[in-house]
Amino acid sequence: MMPHNAIFTALLSASLAFFCWSVYRRFSLVLHGQPEERLDHPARRLKEMLLYAFAQMRVLKKPFGLNHFVIFWSFMILAIANGEFLLNGVFPSVSLSLLPEGVHRFLLFAFDLVSLFTLVAIVLAFGRRLIVKPPYLDSLYVKGRSVEGFLILAFIALLMVAYFGLHGALIAQGRESVASAMPISSLVAGFLPAGSLGGVELVSWWLHAIVLLAFICFLPHSKHMHILTAIPNCYLGSLDWPATQPRETFEKGQLFGVGSVERFTWKDLFDSFSCTECGRCQAACPATCTGKPLNPRQIVHAIKTNLLENSQALREGRSGTLPLIGDEGEGTNTEDAIWSCTTCGACIEACPVLIEQMPKIIKMRRHLVETEARFPEELLNLFENMEQRSNPWGIAPGERAKWVSTMEVRPFVAGETEYLLYVGCAGSFDSRAKQVTVALATVLDAAGVSWGILGKDEKCCGDSLRRLGNEFLFDKMARENVELFRERKVTKVITLCPHCLTTLKNDYRQYGLELEVVHQSELVARLIAQGRIKLDGSDKSLGKISYHDPCYLGRHNGVFDAPRGAIEAATGSAPQELERHGRNSFCCGAGGGRMWMEEFIGERVNHARVDEALAGNPDTICVACPYCMTMMEDGLKDKGANNVRVKDVIEVVAEGLMRKELRKG
Amino acid sequence: MLVVVCVKQVPDTTQVQIDPVTNTLIREGVPFIVNPYDTHAIEEGLRLKDRFGFRVAAISMGPPNAEATLRKALALGVDRAILLSDRFFGGADTLATSKVLAAAIERLAQDEEVGVVICGKQTIDGDTAQVGPGIATRLHFSQLTLVDRVEEFDEGSRKIRVRRKLEGRHEEVQAPLPVLLTVVRELNRPRYPTVPMRLASVDAKVELWDNAVLGLDVNTIGLKGSPTWVSKIFSPQRAKGEILGDSSTEPEDAAQLLIDKMLEKDLLAL
Ligand code: SF4
Ligand code: SF4
Repeated sequence: MMPHNAIFTALLSASLAFFCWSVYRRFSLVLHGQPEERLDHPARRLKEMLLYAFAQMRVLKKPFGLNHFVIFWSFMILAIANGEFLLNGVFPSVSLSLLPEGVHRFLLFAFDLVSLFTLVAIVLAFGRRLIVKPPYLDSLYVKGRSVEGFLILAFIALLMVAYFGLHGALIAQGRESVASAMPISSLVAGFLPAGSLGGVELVSWWLHAIVLLAFICFLPHSKHMHILTAIPNCYLGSLDWPATQPRETFEKGQLFGVGSVERFTWKDLFDSFSCTECGRCQAACPATCTGKPLNPRQIVHAIKTNLLENSQALREGRSGTLPLIGDEGEGTNTEDAIWSCTTCGACIEACPVLIEQMPKIIKMRRHLVETEARFPEELLNLFENMEQRSNPWGIAPGERAKWVSTMEVRPFVAGETEYLLYVGCAGSFDSRAKQVTVALATVLDAAGVSWGILGKDEKCCGDSLRRLGNEFLFDKMARENVELFRERKVTKVITLCPHCLTTLKNDYRQYGLELEVVHQSELVARLIAQGRIKLDGSDKSLGKISYHDPCYLGRHNGVFDAPRGAIEAATGSAPQELERHGRNSFCCGAGGGRMWMEEFIGERVNHARVDEALAGNPDTICVACPYCMTMMEDGLKDKGANNVRVKDVIEVVAEGLMRKELRKG
Repeated sequence: MLVVVCVKQVPDTTQVQIDPVTNTLIREGVPFIVNPYDTHAIEEGLRLKDRFGFRVAAISMGPPNAEATLRKALALGVDRAILLSDRFFGGADTLATSKVLAAAIERLAQDEEVGVVICGKQTIDGDTAQVGPGIATRLHFSQLTLVDRVEEFDEGSRKIRVRRKLEGRHEEVQAPLPVLLTVVRELNRPRYPTVPMRLASVDAKVELWDNAVLGLDVNTIGLKGSPTWVSKIFSPQRAKGEILGDSSTEPEDAAQLLIDKMLEKDLLAL
């Protein structure tokens, strides 16, 4: 067969040239972004790439991900077949039959099988989009049932059909040397009309050729660009859990935050080209789920659209005309969307290609707060209170140690006290959280832990400020705190609140402060394991307990088992799980500074979470964070579920201890 | 036209306690803040600047460290900041203070017409609400106190119409320029400084004027020029509260207890 090699060569050259030009045009845009180190630690990066890109670890977390896994690996294997096809089209003498027969047989066997798998997977994918489409496939500007989506599926299906047509025809004509290794193609051969085998061969060959070339041309212009970018994106992913925002320096003449697309880092821009529009982040996002205008997927999509739309201007060294932040429109993020984020990190956790959505939102918040001084008005008080009184409520700092009034005050003294008990603002000022502080102190005493507090010298850690994008103030408070900790020679810290935990442990590290920070639930679990706290697991007074994972304890800091273990030790049974728990836990709605903001749009996040908890008919909802405590208690009140209590893990332990004492006494 | 905003650095009174033995304020370690009412005065000055392109000057009489307050005003966008600081100014009551501030405004008026002076309604440390009116009287400016809304500002006919917030009612008044306003918190929502402005304010110029600049008779200012003396400061005794009902009281019963109590204390008439 001589299928017009010259025509094919010309078409292939044109397609490849177009492909390279398109890819160059797009990728060169990425270089308009700001610098960011993402090439260090190649070994660790390689491992991430193997796990997430090749083993598709995240993809497989959803059942239908298996379908993608099949398509991905088929693509990998068929890349060899398609490579041969292209080469052979130009140089007819080059083909896999030049390889040793065993290898040749094996490869064609594999292609045959894999092509069938792909065909089945594509049919399933078609069906999913057409018949059982999950709602999260649709976003405002990208629909699950889009022409593009179906076109790509059709391309792949046609490639498979053409493959079988071509090889079936070859087998039927007796021109396939390893036909016996190709069961499916052989089967197809039996169905082909004997009279027009040459015609089938020719049509199949050209169908395969044209679809393949069209695919190559189309690829860089579609969301299937991720075929090119997803693998490198996994290599370039953040090596740490990426929820800790990078520092900013404050010098005159600088810009702060991200107000236009080129202010993002090149990796942020590359992320936007890697999005597969799978919608998993959107399905996990508490803001999206409760009808807020935020959709993390759309944030990423807006960055891509904005970059492309403004590309001409950027190439000419200007800023583009399509605003990055402004009124609703494709390529623009609204301020309402930006302020809706609870920084829960569920989007980051869900993304199969390791896109970091939430940090991009914080970067835009920084622009709004620091450059524009524009933010929801409730935050003005918060910012002023933080700056003047170092706590969100603006209560006089002198009242910080009042919770301790029922106990003996224990100042932290380096060398004499082992742990600094960093009480935090909620634990110091919020009346409900103060009870938790007292419970914690009681448990620590029962275990003979040596602890002390900073009293009125303690300052707010600044968590809310950082998540709200007020990096300037956060930076000031962080530096003050770091200095205070150094001055007092603090090395080991217990925090009551997961927000303090993350800030002291992860954020302050950027300031060169390495502390051993533990959340109370971790420490308590350790003390139980060491036998320093002896519980007999017989406290049934709290009834059926459901545990809600606080985002900043669980997802952000990986503490899942300790609180569950502590509950089990006190009550004798493991807590009941909510539907979304552990890594997939659903936010209470208070993170990211949302604690201090009104929630006007959509359903309240805490209502959604409380409903989920109530579905299990618990007597007690157990939390391990003062914000979650407030949100859950408020939610229960709003829902009229007056018979359900909210307890902190440490209160469960404290009550367990107390009841044991009582029984003894 | 120049808008002059008078600001004062005050101790954060929520953090001030009174030493029960000596009956004096414990000021040690208490941070200073911009008098909260003055932040609204600054904001209104800046709004006039935004609308009419006026220039805004912030002036403050106080010790050298009051400069911090003026830097905050600079970070918010005022064009000029002047600290009136001299040991002769120290120990002033409201009379002597208004004299120094009025002299400074007159001095400013030599370079540029002063059409509006804005003060907070009062300071949270002195709570007298006398300085603003004192300045207006000395300068022969129209005097509009307790302003909670600027209804109209007509540059051409040199008139201002405002709403005053009085107890239980509002009053709308109009006055010719030049005018002095004292403002309440409802007037506006102060802006928040941007980071570039904060950074710029760090080494922006704060002009320092002492009495050599104002040339006032030292017997009429500061402690010497102050007829008022503070003889004693004390916390009033407050009767101890009482808890009605307990955690098991139903809301309806709790409300009834409260009503009974109020009737008993003659706080409620049926
Ligand atoms: S961090 Fe949470 S709230 Fe914010 S976009 Fe991601 S999933 Fe949504
Ligand atoms: S950002 Fe990630 S999770 Fe979200 S739609 Fe894109 S690929 Fe999917």
